[in-house]
Amino acid sequence: MIVVEDLHFSYPNNVEALKGISLTIKDGEFIAIMGQNGAGKTTFIKHFNGLLKPASGTVRVDGEETVKTSVAALARNVGFVFQNPDNQLFSETVEEEIGFALKNFGYDKETIEKRITWALNLLSLEQYRKTSPFLLSGGERKRVALASVLAWDPQTLILDEPTIGQDHDQKEKLRQFIMQLQTQKKTVVIVTHDVEFVAECNPRVLLMREGKIVADGIAKNILTNPQLLSESSIVLPQIAQVFTKLSSLGLPKDVIDIYEAKEVLLRKAKESHVK
Amino acid sequence: MSVFDGLKFRKVYSPIHNLDPRIKFIYVIAIFIAAILFSQIIPLLLLFILQIPFVLLAKVQKQWLRSLRGAAFLATFIFVINILSTYFTSNFSLTALNIENAASMTLRFVVLVESFSVFFLTTSPDHLGLALEQTRVPYEFAFAFTTAVRFVPVLAEEAQTIMDAQKARGLELEKGSLLKRIRNYIPVLIPLIVSAIRRSLELAEAMESRAWGATKKRTNLYLLKLHRGDVVLIAVTATVLAVALYALLFVPIPPISSFF
Repeated sequence: MIVVEDLHFSYPNNVEALKGISLTIKDGEFIAIMGQNGAGKTTFIKHFNGLLKPASGTVRVDGEETVKTSVAALARNVGFVFQNPDNQLFSETVEEEIGFALKNFGYDKETIEKRITWALNLLSLEQYRKTSPFLLSGGERKRVALASVLAWDPQTLILDEPTIGQDHDQKEKLRQFIMQLQTQKKTVVIVTHDVEFVAECNPRVLLMREGKIVADGIAKNILTNPQLLSESSIVLPQIAQVFTKLSSLGLPKDVIDIYEAKEVLLRKAKESHVK
Repeated sequence: MSVFDGLKFRKVYSPIHNLDPRIKFIYVIAIFIAAILFSQIIPLLLLFILQIPFVLLAKVQKQWLRSLRGAAFLATFIFVINILSTYFTSNFSLTALNIENAASMTLRFVVLVESFSVFFLTTSPDHLGLALEQTRVPYEFAFAFTTAVRFVPVLAEEAQTIMDAQKARGLELEKGSLLKRIRNYIPVLIPLIVSAIRRSLELAEAMESRAWGATKKRTNLYLLKLHRGDVVLIAVTATVLAVALYALLFVPIPPISSFF
């Protein structure tokens, strides 16, 4: 559980990036943080594993204040996958890359071996076990970075822009994978600009603007509010756009999911057929 | 990263910023030579004080102080090593003169840092490239140089992100023996080098697709010309060198400790 109380943060150049954020994230929640560039999203999530410490206010992870704990200690419970995989890949083989964090946390050899195999399988990277991570494609490197964090099975997983550079199949896999983590009561926080991805997952959405949270609720409510979204430079998901434009036909406006859309449209079609 | 901060150029307009970078560079070299010529504390102090009007005129006090603070660690190191080496080589005794010598060695280093800092703080990379070109350095080299200067802050920022990413994977940079600590930096250095190389390849492709080097003979929109300020700076430089040479040859410089 992560509890944030009145969090303020400024960068050394006196730019106030976070202006009083309070929030509680329960175990097992799936949260998508959205908002325009420079809204403070990345700054905010860097507080969850102590990479940044609050200027005022507190961030508590499982009751412990991040100010009083080292990043390495916090990282065991809070896994953080950076946006750009090239910021972390350095090993000769994918296997070693995934084992790096496990070694840092002091796991024994046998466990490390087991965890590496598990993580490789999870992200369909088995065939690259002995390959240099630098020879992989952008999307594959991104998966190696993800695998290297998943390997130690943290309670909370933070993903900064996980869908960038991933094709549709990989995105779908990522979605299913996040759902799977949910069934294990793991917390997942993603930062993303990918409206369609969020619409498909239907998580709790936090909308940030200028260092504050301006909206907090389920995706279905937030992603169908045109005014709220346009103020944050986000467009409605395509399905929501269609339904909003057809609302004069008596269609509901709060549809973002393709399956729900299909159901609603079929019902509507049957009704008009009967008439 | 504070040392880098002291070398980062910011766009401000001041009489010093508008000076010809070639003349400014000659001035810095003159200060450099003068600082090397003397090992006594009085002339080094004078050289140190000589920079202050430049800093104030250029309005870069803050960044300049930051670069001095960045150099403080090395300066302390130089001082301590000097003291220790004289202490151990002169039968475990120290005189006021020994301390003064250590102080002047340190001051010499500070003067060097200070003058280079003023130069880089007040000279834009563009200006620098222009100066190189007009001193007939081939354009390829001038461009490579200015690009390198320009990428220092970018790389510094990237290094910070990489450190964050590795810390998030449980890397503790400040842990273990000295050797272990150096080894700790491998996971930071490799991604940094790889991304620098990758970035340079991308930059090369982007430049080529914008027809870099299409014309053999390049012309410049801006040309460097000597103005009144530059002439003044030439005069100052010549005076500094002349006074320094004169003092070196004809004036016996007493150590401060002899006054007490």
